[in-house]
Amino acid sequence: MDRILMLIQAAVTFGTVILYGSLGEILTEKSGHLNLGVPGIMYIGGISGLAGAYFYESAGEPIAFVSMLISLLAALAGSALAGLLYSFLTVTLRANQNVTGLTLTIFGAGVANFYGASLMKLAGGVGQISVSVTSSAYRATIPFLRNIPVLSTLLFRYGWLVYVAVVIAFVMHHFIYKTRTGLNLRAVGENPATADAVGIRVTRYKYLATCIGSAVCGLGGLFYVMDYTKGTWANDGTIERLGWLAVALVIFSIWRPRNAIWGAYLFGFLYWMYMYISGLSRGSQELFKMLPYVVTLMVLIFVSLRKKRETQAPSSLGLSYFREDR
Amino acid sequence: MEHKSKAVREPLIRLSRRDVIPLYQAILIRAAAILLALLLGAIFIYSISGLNPLSVYQSMFEGTFKTTRRMWDALKDTAILLMIGIALAPAFKMRFWNIGAEGQVLFGCLASAAVMIYGGERFGVNLPSGVVILLCLIASVVAGALWGVIPALFKAKWKTNETLFTLMMNYIAIQLAAYAVSVWEYPYGSNSVGVINSGSHIGWLPTLFGQNYGFDVLIAVLCMVLMYVYLRYTKHGYEISVVGESENTARYAGISIRKVFLRTMLISGAVCGLAGFMIVNGTSHTVSSAVVDNRGFTAIIVAWLAKFNTFIMAAIAFLLVFLDKGASQIATDCQLNTHASEIVSGIILFFIIGCEFFVQYKVSVSLPFLKKKN
Repeated sequence: MDRILMLIQAAVTFGTVILYGSLGEILTEKSGHLNLGVPGIMYIGGISGLAGAYFYESAGEPIAFVSMLISLLAALAGSALAGLLYSFLTVTLRANQNVTGLTLTIFGAGVANFYGASLMKLAGGVGQISVSVTSSAYRATIPFLRNIPVLSTLLFRYGWLVYVAVVIAFVMHHFIYKTRTGLNLRAVGENPATADAVGIRVTRYKYLATCIGSAVCGLGGLFYVMDYTKGTWANDGTIERLGWLAVALVIFSIWRPRNAIWGAYLFGFLYWMYMYISGLSRGSQELFKMLPYVVTLMVLIFVSLRKKRETQAPSSLGLSYFREDR
Repeated sequence: MEHKSKAVREPLIRLSRRDVIPLYQAILIRAAAILLALLLGAIFIYSISGLNPLSVYQSMFEGTFKTTRRMWDALKDTAILLMIGIALAPAFKMRFWNIGAEGQVLFGCLASAAVMIYGGERFGVNLPSGVVILLCLIASVVAGALWGVIPALFKAKWKTNETLFTLMMNYIAIQLAAYAVSVWEYPYGSNSVGVINSGSHIGWLPTLFGQNYGFDVLIAVLCMVLMYVYLRYTKHGYEISVVGESENTARYAGISIRKVFLRTMLISGAVCGLAGFMIVNGTSHTVSSAVVDNRGFTAIIVAWLAKFNTFIMAAIAFLLVFLDKGASQIATDCQLNTHASEIVSGIILFFIIGCEFFVQYKVSVSLPFLKKKN
């Protein structure tokens, strides 16, 4: 029983990182932009939050709540800026989306790993960076709910960003499928020329969807740094792997934010399952870690087999739009 | 009825597609972009190290050119990056977004390593080195082609999105490699394959021109020329470009799109596999899940920026390797960590990507207060 509870907890925490990443990417892809910079943006979100918290904490006498707020804003701003760079290149300068996204991933990984490893040194300190005060604020749980047996482990022992991710997913789902603006956004992603003809401001939609989407992605990096690794930094490339899983999750959830919630936890479950099956060799553990990707591939194939219009990727995904080219 | 005359609102910035751009102008734009990027990179390096940017760029230069050994090292890295770029060129020209080079190369690496291990000294088989090399070559090419053709099969039959498909295949290959490493682990407990056939050098590519990496460079140069000819002067190449321009046109012209997809991805995957052969047999002599080291992704940028011209690809690949080596050199000199090089490369790539816009479009700014009112 305890093992199962622990597995569920591990799955939810793991799932939250990729949930943020894929929610952001869903919003971006709905505007027709395949942003392969998700890992880079998550990196930038993580390092911006960490840097913000670090500078505030090292100024002395940190207040946990303020520190949390600063790192949150820093992460949002950093990742939105990365999104702005991407959208400037792909929307205004009409650069190829795949190439720009991949470059953003290289750049973001570079920025994050560089500053993650040398922020302390550049600021004149020694050792590894650690922002324990801020991290504890992110991981605080509600006192009287914490002690209910089983239920609390299942539902209440997570940092608050876990719940926010679920809320964002529902809000985004409502926005995309139930509001006029969401309808317009989908129109832009399906066929920008038609959207343009009916007077939707295509460029504005693309920019906003990409920047806001990136900010949401960045929260995934922030959650990873503050909650998952408890306010430290490790140059082990985990964020990059999780970032690609987030891209996979977008396909798995067939571009629906609500599906992404359980999809994310399922991915976490699949990813950590090997830890809870006794007697696995290291080799078969590695094969178990392949499962999320294999499952995603099957969904991708299945969706293309069925050819149902509602389950396809946005039609103009990956294509630049230039009004004069029509 | 009289129409009220309305002031015509002129847009501040006007864009128009260029028909032709003089070569010198295109080069000038790109050179300006790289210069700007280097300037920005210098500011970044200055801000973190406080060093004179000029001396920093000097040590950057030394990263590649200081010794013959370094130059060959850079050439080897260029050859491998170029090779993967060459592999991607036909796929991209066909507008088939193969971003699965990482996986295809890795799968080639695995096949080649398998032949080296099972035909080598560890199990006492000790086949002649020449035979092993030949078998490695075949195995890696077949493996790469296989990994590449799977997404093409689905794309041809059910129009499954190839970008997402190939992306997933990368990570499946990476996990397979991690599995293979645990099976081939040697010595036991080291969590790595170790240098394969370290005593007998079975399956290692021999030296050429007295250089360890001579063969790697030679293979890449050969493929560069062959792919250039294939894309530009053969019927296959023509079909690829027609399919890339418009699938409807291709259909109308009687080209079997399905066939072109499969054939081209077989070639693309096979060349990726060959790059894997170059990595395992020619340079690393070992295999791990990180042996391709993201070069499968970097090569996408190389292939795209070069517009499928393999000779320009060589130049861009060399530029990237040069930057990478240089930035690592700076990082060592200033005792910074090597990720600084990714930042500088990122900045430069952003500028190169961005400047293509100014090569393709003409931007004219019209400021209202400069206009004469009639």
